[in-house]
Amino acid sequence: MDQIIVQILNGLDKGSAYALIALGLTLIFGTLGVVNFAHGALFMLGSFCAVILSRILSASHEVADPTRLDFLGNPAMNKVFYVQDMFGEAAGAAIMDWAVPLAILFSIPVMIGVGFIMERGLIKHFYKRPHADQILVTFGLAIVLQEVIKYFFGANPIQTPAPDAFKGSLDFGVFLGYEANAIMYPYWRLVYFFFSAVIIAAVFAFLQFTTFGMVVRAGMADRETVGLLGIDIDKRFTFMFGLAAAVAGVAGVMYAPIVAPNYHMGMDFLVLSFVVVVVGGMGSLPGAVAAGFLLGILESFASMPVIVDILPGINQIIIYLVAIVILLTRPRGLMGRKGVMED
Amino acid sequence: MSKSNFTRRGVLKTGAVAGAGMALPQYLRAQESGFTNAPGASEVTLGFNVPQTGPYADEGADELRAYELAVEHINGGGDGGMLSTFSSKALDGTGILGREVKYVTGDTQTKSDAARASARSMIEKDGAIMITGGSSSGVAVAVQALCQEAGVIFMAGLTHSNDTTGKDRKANGFRHFFNSYMTGAALAPVLAARYGSDRKAYHLTADYNWGYTTEEAIRASTEAVGWETVNSVKTPLTQTDFSSYIAPVLNSGADVLVLNHYGGNMVNSLTSAVQFGLREAQANGKDFEIVVPLFSRLMARGAGENIKGILGSTNWHWSLQDEGSQAFVRSFGTKYGFPPSTAAHTTYVQTLLYADAVTRAGSFAPCAVAEALEDFEFDGLGNGKTLYRGDDHQCFKDVLVVKGKDNPESEFDLLEVVEVTPVDQVMYSPDHPQMGGAEATLGECNNGA
Repeated sequence: MDQIIVQILNGLDKGSAYALIALGLTLIFGTLGVVNFAHGALFMLGSFCAVILSRILSASHEVADPTRLDFLGNPAMNKVFYVQDMFGEAAGAAIMDWAVPLAILFSIPVMIGVGFIMERGLIKHFYKRPHADQILVTFGLAIVLQEVIKYFFGANPIQTPAPDAFKGSLDFGVFLGYEANAIMYPYWRLVYFFFSAVIIAAVFAFLQFTTFGMVVRAGMADRETVGLLGIDIDKRFTFMFGLAAAVAGVAGVMYAPIVAPNYHMGMDFLVLSFVVVVVGGMGSLPGAVAAGFLLGILESFASMPVIVDILPGINQIIIYLVAIVILLTRPRGLMGRKGVMED
Repeated sequence: MSKSNFTRRGVLKTGAVAGAGMALPQYLRAQESGFTNAPGASEVTLGFNVPQTGPYADEGADELRAYELAVEHINGGGDGGMLSTFSSKALDGTGILGREVKYVTGDTQTKSDAARASARSMIEKDGAIMITGGSSSGVAVAVQALCQEAGVIFMAGLTHSNDTTGKDRKANGFRHFFNSYMTGAALAPVLAARYGSDRKAYHLTADYNWGYTTEEAIRASTEAVGWETVNSVKTPLTQTDFSSYIAPVLNSGADVLVLNHYGGNMVNSLTSAVQFGLREAQANGKDFEIVVPLFSRLMARGAGENIKGILGSTNWHWSLQDEGSQAFVRSFGTKYGFPPSTAAHTTYVQTLLYADAVTRAGSFAPCAVAEALEDFEFDGLGNGKTLYRGDDHQCFKDVLVVKGKDNPESEFDLLEVVEVTPVDQVMYSPDHPQMGGAEATLGECNNGA
């Protein structure tokens, strides 16, 4: 039983990441009608926002230390961090330690800007083109973005740790009456889950309870009629692209301590996120979130050693098997709307 | 009216024949010499096939730096590096057999098909007489087989799987890097000494050739010192989040986790293991331990603080104090500003060894070079006395057992050597079951052409 609880927690955690990326994908597809294969790259860029801010905050100058020698026998250089020069040793260390949470603030304007440039500079030229063209151009863009990142940051993963306060694991089992150490779960993964829940709730609240959101939802349902009412829906949809990019970006920032950022991480999530979108129902925001969590939990269960022993390799195909079953029984996905991608 | 013998059709025919002749692969034109890509009188071309893109691009970049340094030293440039410490004094800084060394590079992309394509291009179009490099056992086995068919020497780069000089060994291929068996043989006694012989191990193993041979080697060697293997789980090579695999470990009855992972896999699985509190956990009344059989400094940097205190093995480390290692670190560090990785050391040494073998053989013919390398004993290239065994073309030398350093003094100071395992302890017979058994053979040396 304890293993089942751990895998549910794991699944919720993975599902959080899938749901956040799928949410952005669905927002873009629902508003602009674009199948954005560069969305995984936006998630990757978000995690590199954490790396960049971490490096900015850790910027230092070197002071020769005559008591130590470097590998060539020259006096070793000690790093002196600018942030500690400015704020003192303790405060400077705390700022560097909290680089990842601070990177959320850093990433939002950066990612909105990236999204705006992507949409205005490239993707808007493909609105009226077939989906195949959109997939090709956005996939190409994803490759360009990851190669740019690799050029500047190298190919190896870069550790971007969580603040010290969130290192270690919570003994979750104790709360449920289990022995100590029976169900351990990392603090940061719990933070990630709650963070995702807040972001998802915020996006839904924005769309549900603001005038801007209401217009966007109306545009998603019937773009032409909203345009006839004199509303510049294109401008709002461009903003939604920026918002989707920011959602993917903050998801990436918070994911950085879980999996060390590397240039390829966007591609790792992209295919799964598309499966999530299709299973949830093209254009359905609640569907994307529900399918994200569902598939995350299923994937976690399928990775349990007892399951893999019985069905080797099931962990790698479970998501696709479930996708096939759902699409056979509900061709529009779990919560798909009639008419979306059916013309 | 003058009459010419030239006709339009005749010129076209002659041109086509001449063009086809010019376009013939260089190795076909070299038939007169009796071997593929015989060099001219002034130059010889080597092919450096390294991952310049893909997940091991950083290793590839370091390999390429070392190759460039080796070529510089062979041609008489720089401070000579390990030429001054190498026990063989055949090389004199005038190139190889009086020919200046040139090189071409290819991108393996850490994909077997791409690596074979780039190696083939370097052999057929650029006239490379020797191919070297790579950062993956899959690539090494694939390119080695190609070189065997083409009739050129292959000096393997970073490849740790037993198969490269085990069941897939080839007469034209040589490996300087150590292998999974040697890791097990070196690591197990240290593990037993530090963690005791009553331990229960849980293996997470990358689901490909290198993972299998490494798990097999570590299991065999740790079980021989009294450990029990409680479970072994294969993990997909593309896995990034290992939480589903790590979560069951603590309640499995195991008190040691062995991560048979390399590269990004290792960084991510170790990160997950640390996040799940395995470093601080207790199991079976003992401190829970994590073991990473194969370390490299570039990967240790990726793993960051998580690597501290974790035992593993490596082929070479820049902190070694022997003359050869120090000469290489000095040359490399002066040229590039940071110490070389184990990948750089391997490829630098491979280039020097090839050049030396050609010089001692007095010929570029692959079979003559192979003969010069077989059972060649030398010193002064790091790791002490070294043997290139003729039976399987595996290099035998001391193996380093290392530990993630607790208090690193610089960004390069990540591993500390805890034991230099003497070569005798990691020796095995050429027909060892882990190496393909009695059926594994080198085959016939191929001069090509």
